[in-house]
Amino acid sequence: MNTSKDNTLRTLSIGLILVLIFGFVATDWLRFLVQMSLATFLVVLGVMLQMRAGLVSFGQGLFYCLGAYVAGMAGYFWGITDVFLLLLAGTAACLLLSVVLGFLLVRYRGIFYANFSLALSMILYGLLVKAEILGSTDGFNVPHSTFLGFAPEGETLKITIFVLTSVIVYLVAVVLHRYLSSTYGYMGDAIRQNELRVEYLGASVRSLIHKVYVIAAAISGIGGVLTAISVGHVDPDLAYWTTSGEFVFVALLSGTANVIAPIVGTFLLELLRTYAFEYAPYTWQMILGVTMLLVILFLPGGIWSIGAERRTEN
Amino acid sequence: MTAILQTNNLSIQFGGVVGASDISVTVNKGEVIGVIGANGAGKTTFVNLVTGYLKPSSGTIHYMGNDVTRLTPREITDLGIRRSFQIPQLFDEMTALDNMLTAQSVAPKVVRSFWMPLQRSDTMEIAMKRLEHFGIVDSAQQEVSMLPQGVRKILDIAMATIGEPQLVMLDEPTSGVSAEEKFEVMDIVMDAFAQQEVTVMFIEHDMELVERYAKRVLAFYNGMVIADADSRQALADPHVREYVVGKEIHRTHAPQGEN
Repeated sequence: MNTSKDNTLRTLSIGLILVLIFGFVATDWLRFLVQMSLATFLVVLGVMLQMRAGLVSFGQGLFYCLGAYVAGMAGYFWGITDVFLLLLAGTAACLLLSVVLGFLLVRYRGIFYANFSLALSMILYGLLVKAEILGSTDGFNVPHSTFLGFAPEGETLKITIFVLTSVIVYLVAVVLHRYLSSTYGYMGDAIRQNELRVEYLGASVRSLIHKVYVIAAAISGIGGVLTAISVGHVDPDLAYWTTSGEFVFVALLSGTANVIAPIVGTFLLELLRTYAFEYAPYTWQMILGVTMLLVILFLPGGIWSIGAERRTEN
Repeated sequence: MTAILQTNNLSIQFGGVVGASDISVTVNKGEVIGVIGANGAGKTTFVNLVTGYLKPSSGTIHYMGNDVTRLTPREITDLGIRRSFQIPQLFDEMTALDNMLTAQSVAPKVVRSFWMPLQRSDTMEIAMKRLEHFGIVDSAQQEVSMLPQGVRKILDIAMATIGEPQLVMLDEPTSGVSAEEKFEVMDIVMDAFAQQEVTVMFIEHDMELVERYAKRVLAFYNGMVIADADSRQALADPHVREYVVGKEIHRTHAPQGEN
């Protein structure tokens, strides 16, 4: 961390304006690509938050899926379609579950934390696959959203969801940036670097990790809700371990130094996936693998580390 | 004088090795005590027991009249016992200033401001003053992993002193510090504690330093306290001389080599 002038908030605000303008001029598929990148970006932020505390979650899909399913079920079963209520319900469910699970997870570190989180998400996956009422492996469709009584259709609906997604992601990123510069944010770094010292300073490592886990779960849940209303469909794959693996992939690819870093990484992944699917349907995982290898070898701090020194000097 | 720390028959074994054997010590408020002993004598084990890192197999520890034997390091820190480490325990990827800021913002007896930005003008000013007080302000903006051992050592101690400590246990405060700087470092550290009327126990191998700063000496050997007395008396004790200070051995010639 450095004490130089911090441009993150300005960059985020300019980014929001550009994204909004882009949303009105871009083609449908490109807009959707950006929208999905923004929604999954939140989950990557959750992974990144834990990574800063030295913890790798291979099961962030748990909360991504839970948020999406809660939003979907609220619409499907109870007819709740208001986006803000859905966001509230999805986030609340993730908060609740993470507070409970946190008591178990805070005891583990390293590979055990990774495996435990992975196991939890796979339990949810298993349950959803078996749940015929929820469409089993096929999942189910999410009803069209409404916005405080406003119920747009067609193109207006798409644009409205895009604007909403952009604004919410912007707000979460701003709050999270503020969090990272607070003592809590630094304590994450401190835990990764020296747990013993943190305890001897008089702070509880377990309770700090618990908080990190809950915050990560909540923002992943928001990402899940936004995905559900964007796609209009949910299925158990949201909790599958490869989905969680992708979030870790992007976090590593991007670097954990700043909240902006994963936006770039997420968008690159989505773009890569779209083109790779089209031009290299059978080898695109290999392309991802090679990309990862190159980043680990040459940019251990992630894509964000390109030009980081120059930014510090400014 | 009021007792601040009292250990009764404190014992611990590591497999077949005795780490502490029946240690009963009373420390009074305001004392400055030197803890001496050869490597493996049980000095650090004693510090680890008092600060909650190790739990004794038998015996009790009382701090200001309360039983703290089973408390965690964090709870003990909260009560006012602090320690420094033989190998400095720092946040290596942060600057010295950020280390200090982190310590400041979570230490007990200060307003814990978890949600406030870490780097604020008021907190930074206090942190810089602290670094200045300990003579390491020049290293403020440097990443800690790049700093010389002596500076890391002082930073480690400085971080342990935040938030009204009552009893500070220093584990070899001058190891890794150059011979010329040792007294300077100890002067800075001891002055800081004297101002706050802190009770200090420090582990030290350099008997000159012990003589100069400690009023009382605890000598360890094989997990036992073999001498607990006024420092001059303790350092003159024949057992201490034999087992700790080693003055009885005068090797005037190096063993003859082959050539």
